[in-house]
Amino acid sequence: MSNTLPLPRPVEPFLIFTALLRANGFAVAQEQTTSLLSAIELLGPRSIEDIRRAAFATLAPPAERHAEFDALFRAHFLGEFVPGIEPADSDEEPVNVRDDRRGHEEALLSDEVNEAGQAATSAEALSVRRLRHDDEQEALRQFARKAPTALPRMRGYRLRSSRRGGAFDIRRSLRQALRNDGEVMRLPRLERRWRQRRVLLLIDVSGSMKTRTDAHLRFAHALTRAADRIEVFTFGTRLTRITRALRLRHREQALDLASTLVSDWDGGTRIGDALQAFLAVPRFAGFARGALTIILSDGLERGDPAAMRDAVARLSRRAWRIVWLTPLAAAPGFKPETEALKAILPFIDELGDGGSTEALTRQVMALGRQAKVRKIA
Amino acid sequence: MPVRSKVVGIDRPEALEQALRSAFYLADPQLATAAYLALALGKPLLLEGAPGVGKTEAAKAIAAVLGRRLIRLQCYEGIDASAALYEWNYPRQMLAIRQAGDDPVDIYVEQFLIERPMLAALRAPDEAVLLIDEVDRSDHEFEAFLLEFLSDFQISIPERGTIRAHERPVVILTSNRTRELHEALRRRCVYHWIEYPDAEREARIIMMRASSVAEATARAVVAAVGRLRREPLSKPPGVAEAVDWAEAATLLNRQGARWPEAFRRAIGVALKDEEDLAFLAPHLDQIIAEAAA
Repeated sequence: MSNTLPLPRPVEPFLIFTALLRANGFAVAQEQTTSLLSAIELLGPRSIEDIRRAAFATLAPPAERHAEFDALFRAHFLGEFVPGIEPADSDEEPVNVRDDRRGHEEALLSDEVNEAGQAATSAEALSVRRLRHDDEQEALRQFARKAPTALPRMRGYRLRSSRRGGAFDIRRSLRQALRNDGEVMRLPRLERRWRQRRVLLLIDVSGSMKTRTDAHLRFAHALTRAADRIEVFTFGTRLTRITRALRLRHREQALDLASTLVSDWDGGTRIGDALQAFLAVPRFAGFARGALTIILSDGLERGDPAAMRDAVARLSRRAWRIVWLTPLAAAPGFKPETEALKAILPFIDELGDGGSTEALTRQVMALGRQAKVRKIA
Repeated sequence: MPVRSKVVGIDRPEALEQALRSAFYLADPQLATAAYLALALGKPLLLEGAPGVGKTEAAKAIAAVLGRRLIRLQCYEGIDASAALYEWNYPRQMLAIRQAGDDPVDIYVEQFLIERPMLAALRAPDEAVLLIDEVDRSDHEFEAFLLEFLSDFQISIPERGTIRAHERPVVILTSNRTRELHEALRRRCVYHWIEYPDAEREARIIMMRASSVAEATARAVVAAVGRLRREPLSKPPGVAEAVDWAEAATLLNRQGARWPEAFRRAIGVALKDEEDLAFLAPHLDQIIAEAAA
C-alpha cells in the first residue's frame, strides 16, 4: 500500500488552516500545529470560539497582524469573507505605520518611482550626472570600508573579561587561586565592552525630496551594511519600515524590494504626524532610545509646524543625538528660514548638508569622532 | 508531547477565570483560555502587551490560584546567565580554602551556592511559579540561553553535575514589546496579547480593587482614561493608574472637593509624565467634563 499514513479526517481542516497561514506569510512551526491540535482536544471543543482562542494562543500571531489572522480564520472556518483590512489611502487619514513584515502587500509602485526626475537630457546634463554618479559611488565605497569603525560607540551593559577595566572578576580570581593554593597572583578584570550605538535613519520621500530619494536609499543600504543595529524608515504621508528590505546584500534587489513597500513616494510631507506615529509604536520608540538618529529631509512641512516641533522634541529626549541633513544646506550661506525648521533647532544636535552622498558620508563618519556637542541654541 | 493536567480542580478555562476572579484578577476569556492551555499542555505562557495592562498582576494571580509562591526574575539589559541561574559565593569559598590550609576542602557544595530564580524554580518545580518579567529588556544572548532552559528544564553546573527538574515548572514570561522577541521563543510558548480591558471590565476592576469607589466614579474614570489612552502620550495611564485615580478622586471628594475638581487635582496619579501633562493641559478639563457626564 502507500507509504504515508492517511490523516484522520477531523484533523484536516486544521492542517489546511496552518498551510493557509504559511501561504500568507505567518510563520507556523510544527510544534505549534501539534500544540493547536492538543489544545483543541483539551478544550472539547464546545464551540468555534474555543477553536479560535486556541488558534490565537498556540499560533501566536504578532499583535499588529491580529486582524489579518482573524480574517483568515473566519474565511477558512466560517466561510466569511471580510473585505480588505487595509485602510484606504487618503491624505486626510491619520498617518499609518506600515511594517515590512507582512507577506502579501499589494504592489504599490507609483508611476514616477525610481526616476531621479532629471528632465534635462542634454549632453552636458548627462555628463554632469555621470560625474555626480561616480562621486557618489566612490563615496559609498569609502563609506563601506570605513563606516563600521567610524560609527559612534558606547559601552555595552555586559561585563566581559579583559586585561584592564573597572571591575574585578572574582570568579576567575577564584579559579586561579585554586591552582595556586589560595593565592591570588594577578587580578583578572571585567569591563564593559564598546559596541556600536543603534542607528535610526528616517528618510523623507515626499515630492520636494524627489531628486535625492534614490541616492538616499543607496546611502541607506550602505549604512545598513555598516551598522550592527539599525532601523530605517521612510516617511511622506505614511511611515514605512524598510529595514528588512535593505538587509539584502545585493543593492539593486534591496532597493527594488524597498520600493515595493513604500507607497507614498513624491506626495506631500507630514513630518510631524509621521514622527508621532513612529513614537506611538513602543517597539520603534524603544529602538530610538540612545540611538544616533539621522533624518534626511528638507523640513518643508505641509502639516502643522507645532506638531513637528513637538515630535522632534520628544524624539530628542530619547535619541542620543539627532542629525538633520537637508539638501537645502548645500547652498552656501544657508540659514533655516521656514517656521518648522527654526522651531526644531533647539532640539537637534546638528543641521547639516544632505545635498550629496559625499556630504552625507563625510558627516556621518565624523559623528563617531566628536565629543558631545552642545545643542544648537 | 505529554498532555498533563496539572491544574488541580480546574478542568476548563471558565473554571480558571472564576478562580482568578477570587484572586482579585478579572481576566478576559481569551487570557483564561491561553493560561489554561499553557498549564494543561505544560508550556510556558507568554504575555505581551503595553506597559500597565496587567501582565505581572496576571502572573501573581495565577500563582495565587495554584497555591504556589511566585519566583520572580526581573530582566534588564545585560542580564546574563549567572544572574538568572546561580552564582558561587566566591569570597566565602576563598575564606574556606584559606582556613582549610593543608586539609582538603570541597568548595563546590550547597553552602557556597547562591541560588538565583531559575535554579530555585528548577529545584522546587511543584511549589513555585517562575515569572520572567520584561523579557524584552534582555538581549539576544540571554534569549538564546532562555530558550535552552525552556526546552530542557535542566541546567548543568560544571562542578556539580546536571540539575534536572522532576516535573516541568510553571513558567510565565512577560514582555512590553519594546523589541521583537525571537520567533523560536514565541513558538515555544502559549501566547496571549493583553489589551487594555474594555470599559465594562475596567470599571469592575476598579471597584474590585478599590472598595471605596462608587460605580459612577469608576465609570467616569474609565471613560476619561480610555480617552487619554488615545492620545500620543509617552506614558499612557495603565490599569493601576486608573484604580489609583479613582481612589484618589474619591478621597478628595470625601474631603470636600466637588467632582470635576477632585478628578482634576488627582490627575498626577493618572498621568505621571510632565510632558504628557503639558501636552494635555488645554484639553484636560474638557476630557474630564465629558467623562463625568
